[in-house]
Amino acid sequence: MEKQLRTLLAIDDEPVILDAIQRVCSAEGWHVDTVTGATEGLELARKKSYDLCLCDIMLPDMDGFQFLEKLHESGIDLAVIMTTGFATIENAVKSLDMGAIDYLPKPFTADEVLSALYRGFRYVDLKRRHEENTAQVDSIIVPCPTQYRHLGYQSWMHLDFDGSVKVGATYLFLAVIGSVKSIKLQPLEAEIIQGFSCAEFEAEDELIHQLMAPISGQIIRINEQLKDEPSILEKDPYFEGWLYVVVPKDLNYELKYVSGCHNIFA
Amino acid sequence: MFSKISLKLISTISLMAILIFSGFAYYSIHTQDTLLLNQIKNFVNAESETIKNSTKVSMLANDREVTHEIIKTIGQQPFIRQVRILNKEGKVIYAADSSQIGQVLDKKAEACYSCHTSDQPLTRLSISKRIRIYRLHPDSSRILGIINPIYNEPSCWQAPCHAHPRSQKILGVLDLTVCLKSVDNELNSAKKHMALFALFSIFGLAVVLGILVKQIIGIPVKKLSEATKIVASGNFSYKIPELGNDELGVLARSFNHMTQKLAEARQQLFQSDKMASLGRLAAGVAHEINNPLTGILTYASFLLKRTKDQPDIHRDLEVIVRETLRSREIVKGLLDFARQSIPKKVKTDIHQVIERALTVLENQLTLYHIQVEKHFSPDLPQILIDPNQMQQVFTNLIENAYQAIGKKGGKITIATSLTRLSPYGILQIKQALCPKGHELMDQETRIDGLPTVKLKLRVNGKETFVYLDPIYGKNRNKLELPVHADDKIEILCPKCNISLIDPKEKCPRCDAPIYVLEIPGKGELRGCFTSECSWQYWDYVEQQGPRDYIEIKVSDTGCGIPPEIMDKIFDPFFTTKGQEGNGLGMAVIWGILENHEGIISVESQVNKGTTFTIHLPVNVR
Repeated sequence: MEKQLRTLLAIDDEPVILDAIQRVCSAEGWHVDTVTGATEGLELARKKSYDLCLCDIMLPDMDGFQFLEKLHESGIDLAVIMTTGFATIENAVKSLDMGAIDYLPKPFTADEVLSALYRGFRYVDLKRRHEENTAQVDSIIVPCPTQYRHLGYQSWMHLDFDGSVKVGATYLFLAVIGSVKSIKLQPLEAEIIQGFSCAEFEAEDELIHQLMAPISGQIIRINEQLKDEPSILEKDPYFEGWLYVVVPKDLNYELKYVSGCHNIFA
Repeated sequence: MFSKISLKLISTISLMAILIFSGFAYYSIHTQDTLLLNQIKNFVNAESETIKNSTKVSMLANDREVTHEIIKTIGQQPFIRQVRILNKEGKVIYAADSSQIGQVLDKKAEACYSCHTSDQPLTRLSISKRIRIYRLHPDSSRILGIINPIYNEPSCWQAPCHAHPRSQKILGVLDLTVCLKSVDNELNSAKKHMALFALFSIFGLAVVLGILVKQIIGIPVKKLSEATKIVASGNFSYKIPELGNDELGVLARSFNHMTQKLAEARQQLFQSDKMASLGRLAAGVAHEINNPLTGILTYASFLLKRTKDQPDIHRDLEVIVRETLRSREIVKGLLDFARQSIPKKVKTDIHQVIERALTVLENQLTLYHIQVEKHFSPDLPQILIDPNQMQQVFTNLIENAYQAIGKKGGKITIATSLTRLSPYGILQIKQALCPKGHELMDQETRIDGLPTVKLKLRVNGKETFVYLDPIYGKNRNKLELPVHADDKIEILCPKCNISLIDPKEKCPRCDAPIYVLEIPGKGELRGCFTSECSWQYWDYVEQQGPRDYIEIKVSDTGCGIPPEIMDKIFDPFFTTKGQEGNGLGMAVIWGILENHEGIISVESQVNKGTTFTIHLPVNVR
């Protein structure tokens, strides 16, 4: 599926970043249109149909969130990856909350932007296939258990009776990145922060993917089994394939950013 | 050598010493003089009686030779100046100095005057009247003379010589004069000794005092003043060495305590200031630096991928990528730091927050004998606040309340209720800009502790300033000159002199020109500030209409806030608690409420108590 022509719209007020993205994407054989303003970007998105959009949050004419709103209002179905130099948790979770599919903090390496874009393209593919086959949902997507909550389409969390929280990657995330070759987990007692990377997945195609933590807290248990047998993840991502158990830090505050598991493509 | 204090002390004490010593010396010499003279008088009187009696026998025998011999012998004694016996007519009959015999003295002479005032010889006189002290010359030593009348006795007129008739009462007078030179000398030397002693003691006292003052006051004060200079130059870690247990020692310790507290407060301010400015800076820096870093990192890592077969270039590129990643981590650290001050708002029951604050302070409240009365409204909605930050607000308020009450005990009342308030008279203007974007808020002039909006005025050509009440609609404006609707008014930005008058509208009440200010993100504020009128209109909030607020009143029965410091209570570092407080409590409350769109107001009566009223919006915009 990588062979088909991919189209990307990149919006950033810094020409050097647009150039860099152009270089990296051209090497992959993708077509990239670059604009320095959100208004221009909106117009292009209206005219042409892109697979994916990479959009900066701080733009001169409007911010990335307003851009997302306008896209939604205009009924344009375009998956957006947000990127910003002002990489705060608020920006990260707000992006996902407002409908962006991913969040890429600046500065990024060529590999980081590539893996984010690969994830994005595959996500779009899956979503399209899912919409074509809505009658047979189960054939493509394993839905997460109802009491679970997820951040974006990527990570899930489950609040246990003792107040601890179990954290893992969603089936969709695993489907998007492909077969996992190895996992790099955080050490015990490390702090994970909502919206920031909490685990590194190396896929069979050698791309490295960061998983955003669904919630902030301190790690108290790690699923050591995953390191030896990463295939457990794909077999059972919601039970056997958990990553960490954490003691949440600001659960009440952060819960509003994690949504229920009814429709992961929403 | 002597500082001013020691000079003052020494001169005062020396003056006192001189006064006391001279008074004492005068009194002592005077007493000595009187005592000595009395003794001498008695002695001389006794001597004259002795002479009279020893001559009596020879007189009765009318043996003139013997009498004469006795007088002569007595007159040879060194201290006796002269001895003579005079008869009734004043003729010298006997004398130690025989040349005087036969002289007749005038009864009117000074020496005789006490008896012979009216040519009538008196029969009896007391000793003191018979004695006279005089000087022959002003420089010579004193002389004491005593007159002893010789009375007629039966033995006298019955004597065979019949020299004296019976009718005669006084036969003659024995006149004895004594020189007081030795007494005077003694007194003079006593005076000299006394003066010398006084002089030496005063000098000694001054020296001892000088040394003591230098040791007890001079050196410690010098150390203290040196310490103030060191601290003033910015070295807050300087400590004055121990100066003992006297008042200056206490002062030194309290000085050390103060510098320590100051250092802590400075650190705290520095910290909060750093937090605030770093937060602002981080956003800018992150964006500005992360963008070029993205360019470097993307290109370098892209090149790195494509040069796997060129080890030399690959290695160099690895360094570039590694160092750029390091820069990325540094900027990320900056952002993490800035993140700490952002409130994390969740739906919270305000009563839980208040209860938690009370639990934390339970011990202190018991210690201060504080009775806490809670009037909680049962049906308050949950509101969106950061519970940790809001707890800090109540902790600080309750702490202030029981400290205002003091150890005597009292009552703190916390009441909550739900109110619907129109923005008029409630909402605070926190930011106002001129059309060129200059900030108009003035932190220095405050109304009820809140920063005011400062505008420059030109009224009939005279330049002045007006400080607008930051509470929308309250209009307790501070005007330096009275302004009337018919005056020629210009309203200007104090920074760039751009006109702030709304060219299209006039005041609907008094037809005066009105100002229009931009409230960032919240529309425009229009208003009039003539002395007669107080019209104000804030389009943005008026359109939203009245809002629901949770009202929390924290009242105490403490000492109250004097009106003159009311304007300062929200100032950072303003404190009435001396070294106990750092003056940040109310400023912190202020900052937190600002983050929550909250409003705080104060009412206070000295010696009756203070009530802080907080309004928190139920629905945050």
